[in-house]
Amino acid sequence: MALLRPLFASDWPTRLDIRAVSSRPTPKSEDIQQQIIRETFHLVSKRDENVCNFLEGGLLIGGSDNKLIYRHYATLYFVFCVDSSESELGILDLIQVFVETLDKCFENVCELDLIFHVDKVHNILAEMVMGGMVLETNMNEIVTQIDAQNKLEKSEAGLAGAPARAVSAVKNMNLPEIPRNINIGDISIKVPNLPSFK
Amino acid sequence: MALKMVKGSIDRMFDKNLQDLVRGIRNHKEDEAKYISQCIDEIKQELKQDNIAVKANAVCKLTYLQMLGYDISWAAFNIIEVMSASKFTFKRIGYLAASQCFHEGTDVIMLTTNQIRKDLSSPNQYDTGVALTGLSCFVTPDLARDLANDIMTLMSHTKPYIRKKAVLIMYKVFLKYPESLRPAFPRLKEKLEDPDPGVQSAAVNVICELARRNPKNYLSLAPLFFKLMTSSTNNWVLIKIIKLFGALTPLEPRLGKKLIEPLTNLIHRILIEDSDQNLKYLGLLAMSKILKTHPKSVQSHKDLILQCLDDKDESIRLRALDLLYGMVSKKNLMEIVKKLMIHVDKAEGTTYRDELLTKIIDICSQSNYQYITNFEWYISILVELTRLEGTRHGHLIAAQMLDVAIRVKAIRKFAVSQMAMLLDNAHLIASNTQRNGICEVLYAAAWICGEFSEHLEEPNQTLEAMLRPKVTTLPGHIQAVYVQNMVKLYASILQQKEQAGEKESSQEITQLMIDRLPQFVQSADLEVQERASCILQLIKYIQKLQAKEVPVAEEVIALFAGELNPVAPKAQKKVPVPEGLDLDAWINEPPSDSESEDEKPKTIFHDEEQRHSRPRQPEMDEEELARRREARKQEQANNPFYIKSSPSPQKRYQDTPGVEHIPVVQIDLSVPLKVPGMPMSDQYVKLEEERRHKQKLEKDKKKKKQKKEKKGKHHRHNSLHTESDEDIAPAQHVDIITEEMPENALPSDEDDKDPNDPYKALDIDLDKPLADSEKLPVQKHRNTENLKSPDTEVPLVEKKSKKPKKKEKKHKEREREKEKKKDKERKVDEEEKKVILRHKSSKHKKKKHKKEKEEKSKEKKKSKKKHHHSEEEPVESVQNGTLDDEPLPTYDIQGNLQNDSQVTVSVIFENKSTSFVKSMELNVLDSLNTKMIRPEGSSVHDGIPVPFQLPPGISNEAQFVFTLQSIVMAQKLKGTLSFIVKNDEGSTHEKLDFKLHFSCASYLITTPCYSDAFAKLLESGDLHMNSIKVDGISISFQHLLAKICFHHHFSVVERVDSCASMYSRSIQGHHVCLLVKKVKNSVSVDGKCNEPTLLSNLLDEMKETLSMC
Repeated sequence: MALLRPLFASDWPTRLDIRAVSSRPTPKSEDIQQQIIRETFHLVSKRDENVCNFLEGGLLIGGSDNKLIYRHYATLYFVFCVDSSESELGILDLIQVFVETLDKCFENVCELDLIFHVDKVHNILAEMVMGGMVLETNMNEIVTQIDAQNKLEKSEAGLAGAPARAVSAVKNMNLPEIPRNINIGDISIKVPNLPSFK
Repeated sequence: MALKMVKGSIDRMFDKNLQDLVRGIRNHKEDEAKYISQCIDEIKQELKQDNIAVKANAVCKLTYLQMLGYDISWAAFNIIEVMSASKFTFKRIGYLAASQCFHEGTDVIMLTTNQIRKDLSSPNQYDTGVALTGLSCFVTPDLARDLANDIMTLMSHTKPYIRKKAVLIMYKVFLKYPESLRPAFPRLKEKLEDPDPGVQSAAVNVICELARRNPKNYLSLAPLFFKLMTSSTNNWVLIKIIKLFGALTPLEPRLGKKLIEPLTNLIHRILIEDSDQNLKYLGLLAMSKILKTHPKSVQSHKDLILQCLDDKDESIRLRALDLLYGMVSKKNLMEIVKKLMIHVDKAEGTTYRDELLTKIIDICSQSNYQYITNFEWYISILVELTRLEGTRHGHLIAAQMLDVAIRVKAIRKFAVSQMAMLLDNAHLIASNTQRNGICEVLYAAAWICGEFSEHLEEPNQTLEAMLRPKVTTLPGHIQAVYVQNMVKLYASILQQKEQAGEKESSQEITQLMIDRLPQFVQSADLEVQERASCILQLIKYIQKLQAKEVPVAEEVIALFAGELNPVAPKAQKKVPVPEGLDLDAWINEPPSDSESEDEKPKTIFHDEEQRHSRPRQPEMDEEELARRREARKQEQANNPFYIKSSPSPQKRYQDTPGVEHIPVVQIDLSVPLKVPGMPMSDQYVKLEEERRHKQKLEKDKKKKKQKKEKKGKHHRHNSLHTESDEDIAPAQHVDIITEEMPENALPSDEDDKDPNDPYKALDIDLDKPLADSEKLPVQKHRNTENLKSPDTEVPLVEKKSKKPKKKEKKHKEREREKEKKKDKERKVDEEEKKVILRHKSSKHKKKKHKKEKEEKSKEKKKSKKKHHHSEEEPVESVQNGTLDDEPLPTYDIQGNLQNDSQVTVSVIFENKSTSFVKSMELNVLDSLNTKMIRPEGSSVHDGIPVPFQLPPGISNEAQFVFTLQSIVMAQKLKGTLSFIVKNDEGSTHEKLDFKLHFSCASYLITTPCYSDAFAKLLESGDLHMNSIKVDGISISFQHLLAKICFHHHFSVVERVDSCASMYSRSIQGHHVCLLVKKVKNSVSVDGKCNEPTLLSNLLDEMKETLSMC
């Protein structure tokens, strides 16, 4: 069961499923959530480029059964917290699928896309991870569903949505020009050749 | 209209949307909090508006703020409003917000039940999807119970998109509502072979997750998973299955043995040849798993793992440390710890060093110091560790020192000498007391020196060290221990001096105490102050006595008489309760209930009086104490059964402690007892090697002798003679376990399981067939707005919505006539009461109508009117058979006619009048086929008394058992209920006629059937066929199926578009298979059954149901 949600660059608010971690939801869970984000960011950001992508966060993330698995893309960190039922390499792959999906859905995703469209990012994530469990790993399938939902959304907005879209387009014209690429390199995870079971 | 909408949206297009909010927050970096509180005020305004679009926008912004750490639980109700919007766009926003901030404590969450149910059954698959996603984040036990059935239906949805989500969410449902696991499991298992890879992967995911916690219940699935493993091309599925096999192999050892060698070698290769950090990490991780079951194969890679300790990556170093913990043996412990100590020195001032420290202690202390062969070495290691500055784990080291010193008696002398040295060098340790956790070790040092002061070489010097002014800078709790223990030390010095007759020096030491103690009396710490002032007074008193030349040492040392014995943590639990001792019995009889509260104060008062009047213990003077002690010693000496607890202090001093229990190995003498300066643990490694070498030589000698003796036989000895653990005799024998347990302790290894483990509830046997009582709860009848529910509830609801009008009319009539009404309704079991009630009333409304008319005509004749409905239905579920422990299905298959020919009819009687109803008797006119079971000796004309009376407005349920010969035909039985109505004007005898309808469908039991079993059944060829066709059906196919499921007790086996196969079974074991097809508005039902009459009757009943659609 993948537990936590991904974590992004410093000012990107993150979604961490505290309920899944502590299993005792408290009214204070927002505080704990922020603490987890801060400390995770602290842990992850000080790591070198060429070390492994796994981190054991200990009590903060719910005990030794859980670990942090992260990937680093330019200015962004994507961090998942998973328990021992997930394969580490599998989660690394999942992050890659997530980022590539973001890239497709936002058409050359950049950091600002993620910052300004948190809701969309979450909707994409919801098609991949549900209730802390991996739901879908096939990028084409995810993109198809997201597109269909966007279409549905547009048809619902219809005539009434047009002016709002226009205004929002005008507003967005003020956005500073940002290099529109977070540079998803080719990440090749080396998998050793397993002898066949036969 | 459209114009109005456009206008509305123009009005709000200048509202702040999410992007504006984000932009605003980024532009207000300095006063972010202020800006956000402004925004929250705006949001509150927006939430007050009626326009759902505005509300949704506000909730969207709130969700973002929640992610920034702001509490938005106050808007929970608005979130629900947005969730229930009709547009998907808004609904999605609502569910996202809910998944972010709802949790089990959210009180409005129960309001969502109906909304979620409605969304689950929405024709738009994305509405359903978004509801499932949201629910997966905030499902509660209540939601799980109420929605389990709906979700289970969705597992067979036509769209794979919905199916996969429904399958996945079932895991959450199981966690929250474990009772749902068994009813849902067959379908979950089916989904392992779903044609859609996504659904299949979800099912594998859920089952693996379940199996990980309780693998033994899933062993029977191993062949199925093996098949999947060989056929699946989905990597995710493969990984999961391999993980599952990992959980299963411990239970099936044959599997694991073959894999283990090649696997470890593979990992080794990765570690050496591959420089990829991720793989290195995973290799170590895998090794730690193998280690648990096959330690030998990992131990050979020790050097490699030690190398990993030098890795620059902390994650890898920690993993390697973890591995070392499991790899130590008696043989390599010293070597490994030595290496770790080197790393400790290297890693100054990091958290990694703290981790190393705890690991060293963990490694050494694991399973009661199992691997420690020389405790002097261990003490030296601990002392060396005290040189670490700035560690947080001083208390850990201290705890170890105390533990070892107390539990290993033979080491005390050495430990005391080391601790004395620590106290002497306290200034080194406590140089920076404020933030230095290491000074905790002084706590242990002071206590050990005080408690075991008889072992001190130079007690005066140690006492001096403890009285240094620097000590007052230590934390309070450590000073308190200092104060207490310096008295122990003082007492023992005093005794020593007195025995030697050195009066002056004993007075000197008293004076020293009196001089130095005041610095502690001034302490700000209450504990220190209190202890110090008490002790100061005591010592002043001693000084007076000393001045009179009275010997005092004996009495002073008596203050600390008695030895501390370690007791194992579970010791108490392991003592069996003596026979005849009832721990639950009252010692004093509890006060009777009649004693009301006003009496209580009295008893309290009384009690207090008693307490005051209790004679006080006479205060004992020293002489008296000594006398008693002497007497007790005498008694103990004469009592052969007395277990010696502790030798008296003097005795202890004369004997070497614990010698009788612990044989100290001779070689031990080669170890210098006092190490000058700070000890070096390294020298022990050498000494230990020598010691082992000697041992080995001795053993080899013996073996050679043996060899000579055994010359004739062929006996192979390993010439290299690798030392195994057993060969190494420890320098100190430690019999920790047996000493610390009470004598008659039971050797039980009782459960250390956590009772709060949420997964424990899912430890359920899944191979046992389903009993009838194990059904998912179906929707409750209060829910009326839900007209589109796809599952079994649908028809009910629809009918219900029609019903009220009729009811209203009736109601008026009834009111006019002040009638009395009894509703008899069948009932399946307690929990489904409400459902069945409704079901009943809708199904038989026609009959009810008729009867009402009859009754009304009757009623007109009388002045006091009554109105009864009475209907009964045979119930398939509560058979006599099921009243025993056996679940039903196994019974049926055996075809036990005696048990399978009985049905229980449950009747609910409700008194709707204002009068009292009593002496009810129910009688039924038996037919040849169907008979009511009456008590022995009564004739067929006798009724069965109903075992209760009914006050006005009360309902109750009674059960009657009927026997049946044949179940192939529907039956109607006439019956009468007679009763006495009692009111103010007297009592009258009344009668009420009713008909009992035993439909064929009521003999069927909803039995799930797998598609392969179903296919086999059809192939078998001994089924008769029949079919019907009904035209003019307007409801959807989904609803149609739901109707058949509900009214006729069938279950869907498979469904493809508008064609479905269904299955059910009669109580006498007839199989009934249906193929239902819908083409436009006509429905055809083809049935197959091994009993043609039953089938045709069933189909006729079905026709009637369908024609009403």
